[in-house]
Amino acid sequence: MSTPGERVLIKGNEAICRGAVDAGCQCFFGYPITPQNDIPEYMSKVMPNLGRVFVQAESEVAAANMLLGAAACGVRAMTSSSSPGISLKQEAISYMGGTELPAVIVNISRGGPGLGDIGPSQGDYYQAVKGGGHGDYRQLVLAPGTVQEAYDLIGKAFDLAFAYRNPVMLLGDAIIGQMMEPVTLGTSSGPTRVDQDLGWNLMGKGDRAPRLLKSLHLTDGALAGHNIRLRDKYASMERDVLFENFLVDDAELIVVAFGSIGRIAKSTIRKLRASGKKVGLHRPITLFPFPSRELDKLASGGRRFLTIEHNLGQMVDDVRLAVRKHADSDFYGHMPGNLPTPEDFEQPILAALGVNS
Amino acid sequence: MKNGKAAFTLPGVLADVPTHYCPGCQHGVAQRLVAECLDELALSEKAICIGSIGCSVFIYNYLMVDCVEAPHGRAPAVATGVKRARPEAAVFTYQGDGDLASIGMAETMHCANRGERVTIVFVNNTVYGMTGGQMAPTTMVGQRTTTCPGGRCADSEGEPIRMTEIIASLGGTAYAARVAVDSVKNVRAAKKAVRRAFEAPLNNLGLGFVEILATCPTNWKMTPVQANKRIAEELIPYFPLGTYKDLAAREAVDEREVGR
Repeated sequence: MSTPGERVLIKGNEAICRGAVDAGCQCFFGYPITPQNDIPEYMSKVMPNLGRVFVQAESEVAAANMLLGAAACGVRAMTSSSSPGISLKQEAISYMGGTELPAVIVNISRGGPGLGDIGPSQGDYYQAVKGGGHGDYRQLVLAPGTVQEAYDLIGKAFDLAFAYRNPVMLLGDAIIGQMMEPVTLGTSSGPTRVDQDLGWNLMGKGDRAPRLLKSLHLTDGALAGHNIRLRDKYASMERDVLFENFLVDDAELIVVAFGSIGRIAKSTIRKLRASGKKVGLHRPITLFPFPSRELDKLASGGRRFLTIEHNLGQMVDDVRLAVRKHADSDFYGHMPGNLPTPEDFEQPILAALGVNS
Repeated sequence: MKNGKAAFTLPGVLADVPTHYCPGCQHGVAQRLVAECLDELALSEKAICIGSIGCSVFIYNYLMVDCVEAPHGRAPAVATGVKRARPEAAVFTYQGDGDLASIGMAETMHCANRGERVTIVFVNNTVYGMTGGQMAPTTMVGQRTTTCPGGRCADSEGEPIRMTEIIASLGGTAYAARVAVDSVKNVRAAKKAVRRAFEAPLNNLGLGFVEILATCPTNWKMTPVQANKRIAEELIPYFPLGTYKDLAAREAVDEREVGR
């Protein structure tokens, strides 16, 4: 565990591990896939030494279901993977959504569809935010833009998972996972007490009535009632929405971008500001709940929007829905397979501003 | 009632409710054996049951222990997560043949191979029951189902999988046995095997596995009597009953040898 306030130079993947360990993650279930292998490797070394659980599962499917089992016991548990592996975990994520189990899933996403490549991409936005598994469920999705944020948000992910009894995904990419940055470590909360009775978790019934955790609702109207209650729960997540606004107050054009792309776009905006261009950045940190209210507020001031993503255009749908009463959003998609630089975004931003450089 | 005393009582852990099983189905017998063993080993307070998919799923309505539902075939993985998170619990799955031997084959094998300290109760009735009688990995060659209407053909659909033999071959398995519940004698033997499948992980020896050959008169399109006869005449010759691995017994033998 970390010494609070300690400053370390680490990779994003390691920051996620250290954040999870500091947040009291008790069980980790993993399966190798690039570019997140540092996570199971780190956890295999550290967790057993702390008297905690590491299991290398036989598949991503099994890892996600081990997570389901540990989550049902009410302990802080996590799995990590990358895009094709996350597809395999979706069945269990849907079950955890339906059963209302708190679990943390890390996706250090790569290029797709299919086997794609192992380079960075944001092609999993729809899957993460709209529900890649079956049925009507939502998961909280947190998208770090720096290694420090990766460390901080994984702790937040555990808190949110238990606050809402819901799966939470940390959506990074190969850039966040693989780059090294200095990180200030936080206060470690230590291991969660595994014997804590949360009122719903499985511990063996002892002398109370037995508990049943399930997602099957066959009686007439039971599923409808369950889904309506879930809908209200998802709506209440709005109070935990997170975002970063950068130089938006006097901006004529607001760039909307998340994760590592948001961070790269920030550099572009800094440069364009230096030449007098009135541009700002809105970076959603929670992708679900989406900062729609904030975007609506920004749009009501008469601004234009440009959504930049590392994909064919996915989050832009949510941006358009958020600003629809006042504005629209242009889109610029940087294709996966290469790492964009701040310069790559200059022309698209200037074009959206209506300025020819 | 004999001399005013009940000869047949409800195990304390078994709920006193009507079950959803079809007439003649032996899930009722299998789950009663599980209930009796939970009672005898005083496990109801620390047991955690992993429900599966198919007719087995409703075990959680009948056993008064903490339960969680697993996706199709994944019960052994869920059991792994539960047991690792809560090592003091008595963790068991209750699964049918489609669940355990088809979609969940990988989870079953690896759970046993890791030697998870859990019990797997495997009810084999050679057919997908709840979904309407489709072919299972344990369906007998020639057996007609809704997805092999001409009878299972070994050339195109393979031969029925003998799970207990496979599980017994894995290093992490402490106990593996196949039993049947078609006769009083076999039910008595089945009870002992179920108990040992629970004891093996509790004694920290490894995974406990018990396969129970059971009837599905509805999907076999037989009377319960005909179905029992089928177990004796057709299933047992292909799926031989017996204990295939028992580390506890082996250790007892070793100790006797040391004592000599």
